[in-house]
Amino acid sequence: MSSSNKPVVVVIGNGMVGHKFCEKLMAASPSFQIVVFGEEPRPAYDRVHLSEYFNGKSANDLSLSMAGWFDAEQDIVLHVGDPVREIDRTAKVIHSRKGIIQPYDFLVLATGSAAFVPDIPGIEKQGVFVYRTIEDLDLIRAYAREARNGAVMGGGLLGLEAAKALLDLGISHPHVIEFASRLMPRQIDSAGSHILEARLKKLGLQLHLNKTTLAVEGEGRVKSLRFADDTSLDLDMLVISAGIRPRDELARLAGLQVGTRGGILVNEKMQTSDPQIFAIGECALVAGMVYGLVAPGYEMADVVAANLAGGHKTFTGFDMSTKLKLIGVDVASFGDAFVGEPDSRTIVFEDRHKGIYKRINITGDGTRLLGGILIGDAAAYNMLLQTVNNRLPLPPDPEDLILGSRGGAGSGAGVMDLPDDALICSCESVTKAAICQAVSEKGIETIDGMKKCTKAGTGCGGCVPLVKDLIAGELKANGRYIRNVICEHFDQSRQELLHLIKLHDVRTYDEVLGRWGKGDGCEVCKPAVASILASCWNDNIQQQAVIQDSNDRYLANIQKGGTYSVVPRIPGGEITPEKLIVLGKVAKKYHLYTKITGGQRIDLFGAHVSDLPDIWEELIAAGFESGHAYGKALRTVKSCVGSTWCRFGLHDSVSFAIEVEERYRGIRAPHKIKGGVSGCIRECAEAQSKDFGIIATEKGWNLYVCGNGGSKPQHAQLLATDIDQATVVRLLDRFLMFYIQTADPLTRTATWLNKMDGGMSYLKNVVVEDSLGMAAQWEEEMQALVDSYKCEWKEVVDNPALRQRFVHFVNAPRKKDPTVAFDSMRGQIKAKEW
Amino acid sequence: MESNAKWRLACQVEDVPSDGGACVSFGDEQIAIFNFSRRNQWYATENRCPHKQQMALSRGMTGSTGEQCEPKVACPFHKKTFSLVTGECLSGDEYKIRTYPVKVKDGKVYICA
Ligand SMILES: Cc1cc2nc3c(=O)[nH]c(=O)nc-3n(C[C@H](O)[C@H](O)[C@H](O)COP(=O)(O)OP(=O)(O)OC[C@H]3O[C@@H](n4cnc5c(N)ncnc54)[C@H](O)[C@@H]3O)c2cc1C
Ligand code: FES
Repeated sequence: MSSSNKPVVVVIGNGMVGHKFCEKLMAASPSFQIVVFGEEPRPAYDRVHLSEYFNGKSANDLSLSMAGWFDAEQDIVLHVGDPVREIDRTAKVIHSRKGIIQPYDFLVLATGSAAFVPDIPGIEKQGVFVYRTIEDLDLIRAYAREARNGAVMGGGLLGLEAAKALLDLGISHPHVIEFASRLMPRQIDSAGSHILEARLKKLGLQLHLNKTTLAVEGEGRVKSLRFADDTSLDLDMLVISAGIRPRDELARLAGLQVGTRGGILVNEKMQTSDPQIFAIGECALVAGMVYGLVAPGYEMADVVAANLAGGHKTFTGFDMSTKLKLIGVDVASFGDAFVGEPDSRTIVFEDRHKGIYKRINITGDGTRLLGGILIGDAAAYNMLLQTVNNRLPLPPDPEDLILGSRGGAGSGAGVMDLPDDALICSCESVTKAAICQAVSEKGIETIDGMKKCTKAGTGCGGCVPLVKDLIAGELKANGRYIRNVICEHFDQSRQELLHLIKLHDVRTYDEVLGRWGKGDGCEVCKPAVASILASCWNDNIQQQAVIQDSNDRYLANIQKGGTYSVVPRIPGGEITPEKLIVLGKVAKKYHLYTKITGGQRIDLFGAHVSDLPDIWEELIAAGFESGHAYGKALRTVKSCVGSTWCRFGLHDSVSFAIEVEERYRGIRAPHKIKGGVSGCIRECAEAQSKDFGIIATEKGWNLYVCGNGGSKPQHAQLLATDIDQATVVRLLDRFLMFYIQTADPLTRTATWLNKMDGGMSYLKNVVVEDSLGMAAQWEEEMQALVDSYKCEWKEVVDNPALRQRFVHFVNAPRKKDPTVAFDSMRGQIKAKEW
Repeated sequence: MESNAKWRLACQVEDVPSDGGACVSFGDEQIAIFNFSRRNQWYATENRCPHKQQMALSRGMTGSTGEQCEPKVACPFHKKTFSLVTGECLSGDEYKIRTYPVKVKDGKVYICA
């Protein structure tokens, strides 16, 4: 401890708010010596995200950063595991349990709160827990291993979070016991509770409302609960979450004023009845209120730090809006959630089918939003909260706020309409102006950069979407149009880079990065350049495996759980019985799930990475080849059976589909490509929903391009009519090369066309009329790609060095990933849910 | 600090592709090792991606971000990216991955875990 003559600030409690106070005071002024006493055995941690301790986070991961605390200039000492026993206000010293006697000039109480444990007979039994500290969670976890069923007492915010934690610990169908007639009684109304109850039941919770517990029964350890309505419930463990009780015992002992229902009484400067002593966080009672959330606690910390450093700041109440995290159902309540007539008008939207409930309360004249409740879909939470806090004007039809506007003008105000002093991150008190300034003056463009620069979004994280919108909005307002450059490592678009690579005959990613890029590349530019290199030179992509998207790196599609799927090519969807039998045998031998795909082929799922080469060896021996289902490349050319069997068929669509599929197989493109060939106008191959579609006519074929299925269906458009097969292929060569060389990464042909100046008539001019004079070159380039085709899987199977890469553990090549697990369904395996 | 961590042999240098990753098995643990050969650096992290608990980070693509060229890896599942130095999620999520010290000697890679 330094013996400087700086005034000494002693902080009692090293929880979230105590921690924040130290941070704020050190930032505000270097002229204090700070001594902290904490009761818990470890430095402050993120209690708000405590439940993540059950989801793989360690105590270390949860700890709050103390970067810079122990720098030379800072004068701070931290005693953990040493609670303060007594405050001697006359001598102005405190006594710790370990016997330290520490004088103070100012004392800050940040002792937080404890779980409120109701006085019910038997509550002291083994198997009854509270949910507040890492130690509590360790006890719960250990006990839950032996427990089969469990319950949470209390259906509030924390109780539901605890119930979800029990679920995560393997207690199936945990019970939630609530004294009131609805869940989260402090945040939501009964209509909202009904919807929430339905959703939670689906998640596996068993809810008991209107239940008064009379006794906890069992010999030594809890066995059952008895209720006032003469019912009972058997259980092995019980977690109490019935509210919080401010820890004011030390203050009481020292003769400071406390509230009748607990809490250390403070004024708007957070001063207790002794002006040298302050109380902040959950132990403080300010204007009749104990705040059980972290953001108001941080604000209190700021008030005391600012005043000690010579400023003037007061605590004027705080918004209690909350969003429930973790449970798997969005629940939010903001502003004044409960006001009703006559002070306000209420608009309610309820969808029992989807489990959505939204309520907003607006002023009688319909001009301002007062508050509301969102259940099942809280996407609008941040913006609605801002609308309340900043008294933003409402749209002419206020219901648009929760329904979205139906036609015409946008609903409500956008983020950029918020006033400069709008508080965006309430945990760290960051305003809109601070965020926009960071963008325009410090060049911050990412959420990560913003967190480092302003700390916005580092608390509860709830404001992150809003911060992202503000960054984008401010960038746009500054006229910084997001140019189509590939990523932060290249200043070129995909098309520009492709031209450079061809012109300079560059063949490796490292050389591309060295010549035109900066930094070390990333998951965006590596696969984009890989695709360009493949489109230009058609070298085996395994030669530069590490720049390929994971699917291309392992020549298979990664699936839930980390296994892969295998899709051999079945051109045109035609397959012999012998080959079908081979597929069945291979699937059986390697325990694979089999499914027929939309592209008329067979997908085998659930292959361990180390089995892939063996599987392919067998498939290739039977005459199969890679289907490129993993690549941004041609997938399938779907066909109907055509004139060989069909009584309506005009031409042999299957043969043509096979010819086209085999021509373009393996060619890498900005995105996947699908084709279709139909033998007549009935269009059974659905060719008009493909990137290219060929449909038989009386006189030849019609060629359609730029169609799309999937989430944004788009009809393909007619490029040429009644042409012969050779012309179809020639036009397709040109069309595909034009696309490959000019589209942005991950852009399907439909989107590429939608963005093209001049649209379809321009495309027709270029491809059919050869207006750019590129046709001959494109046809030649395409022929070179076609001629250099090799089956990638065959090359791997035949090359021991390449085969070796297909292992999960490099130090135990034969060992499979032990975390891979399957469920079963209808007689086959299925990936475990994540 | 981590008193019971010790240096353990993980694999041979050539087991990890240049500017790529590989996974090693230590008892019940899976550790991803990255050979950042562009900068002649090695990194190690847990193999589990905290987003959906997938054992996949070793199969992710490496790269760097920002002025300081912070080395990172992107999970192959949903492209969440993580700093190889601090383990922080750079895609703005709250979780973090564990990182381990690595050293290379005589063609062998050691990890302190
Ligand atoms: C599971 C859970 C989930 C939560 N989720 C949210 C959420 O989503 N949003 C939100 O805003 N809030 C949430 N909270 C509440 C939030 O964690 C608290 O508001 C916040 O931690 C209050 O900070 P504090 O410093 O006042 O109290 P605490 O963090 O409890 O810290 C008080 C510390 O003081 C110590 N102490 C007490 N007496 C003494 C003594 N005599 N000497 C020394 N040390 C002492 C205690 O041991 C404790 O470490 C959650 C809480 C829990 C338990
Ligand atoms: S599992 Fe890693 S990003 Fe989703």
